[in-house]
Amino acid sequence: MPEHETAEQRAPHDEVADFLRRRREQIAQRWADVPLFRTVFTVSRDEAVEAGKSVVEALAAVAAAGRAEDAEAAGFGVVREQLTRTAAARSRAGASSAQVSNEVDALRTPVVDLLVADLSAAPAEHVRECSTALTVLMGTLRLVVMESALSEGQALIDRQRLQLLEVATPVIKLWDGIVAVPLIGTLDSARSQVVMETLLEAVVEQHARFAILDITGVPTVDSLVAQHLMKTVAAARLMGAECVVSGIRPAIAQTIVHLGLDLGTVVTRASLADALAYALDQQGTGIVESTPHAAGQR
Amino acid sequence: MSDPYPRAPSTHVPVLRLGDVLLVTLQGDLHDSTAEQLQQDIGEAIARSSVSGVVIDISGVEIVDSFLGRVLAEIAAKARLLAAQTVVAGMRPAVAITLVELGLTLPGMRTALDAQDALGMLTRQAASSRPAHARQESP
Repeated sequence: MPEHETAEQRAPHDEVADFLRRRREQIAQRWADVPLFRTVFTVSRDEAVEAGKSVVEALAAVAAAGRAEDAEAAGFGVVREQLTRTAAARSRAGASSAQVSNEVDALRTPVVDLLVADLSAAPAEHVRECSTALTVLMGTLRLVVMESALSEGQALIDRQRLQLLEVATPVIKLWDGIVAVPLIGTLDSARSQVVMETLLEAVVEQHARFAILDITGVPTVDSLVAQHLMKTVAAARLMGAECVVSGIRPAIAQTIVHLGLDLGTVVTRASLADALAYALDQQGTGIVESTPHAAGQR
Repeated sequence: MSDPYPRAPSTHVPVLRLGDVLLVTLQGDLHDSTAEQLQQDIGEAIARSSVSGVVIDISGVEIVDSFLGRVLAEIAAKARLLAAQTVVAGMRPAVAITLVELGLTLPGMRTALDAQDALGMLTRQAASSRPAHARQESP
């Protein structure tokens, strides 16, 4: 009883921090049964309890520092990575952001219940203040989880966009002095720029006199893309390489004609094979078929 | 003295004659007055030695502006009037992209990957136009 009387004078956030530290084990045990922890730590319950404990520890540190409303509080730094991993695991399992958010929110009820039970002897005013402080703290936790999950997602998107740029534009050496770029997917300005740069670099590196731009895998061509193709062809020509555009599909040819684009100065061939044949022919390299008859003689 | 614009001392870019071809190698930043001087030098050299081709190696040029683009085009036009083919060799990717973005695609100018290719190109051309003479002279 005297214990509670001294507690009365204490600020709510100190009370909450103290409560969290005191009941760490119990809170962690209860959280281990909440969907968020139960579904992520499927292997062992102890692991879930451990994870719960470290989160409670972080919450207590934040509460003790009196920064319950600050998502950037130093206390969260320790568990940020763990929370991100947990949220990421839920997203991978197919939960939407709203669902994850609700699951984090579900952590609140058991703690508040415990707190109320713990302070049953304290004045109602004090209990209300403390539970409000705790609710704010749990709200901040929810914000931290969502924030780190979203920033993780953004980082993933950025990384993948970069990978796409690198992966999507391979320059292939088809023959001595002949390189080809098979373009696949929709071309935008950024990608066209990368294509142009990598192709020109390859021309220098491989000492290629012919460069083939194969657009079989490009679903649509608009005036901007066509303009980029023309620029690439012109730049390659300036460097002393001849550019051949191959694989223009009928629909795209139609579009180009409709747009009134003049590809008159560009050498075009129906397929990559035709373009290669043209380049080999221009180079003076011939491919001779060995007939079965001749093979039989030898 | 009376020149309102102080000029950098006009330096000559060496114009080398290799058999039937003139070889000009541009390095680094080309000053405007040097470029004009070069234009003049090439014209005189073609007229004096009646060569059939000019190779301009610009593999050492990292920055190109519209002025240099125009100079190259003018050299080519001048050489053509004097019955010589001009080949620009070894343009860097960055330079090519810049020229294209500037809209200077230099139509009508021949290009090669490097000086050796350019020389080979001009020699092949000379060889293909020569057989006519050869047939007349051989019997």
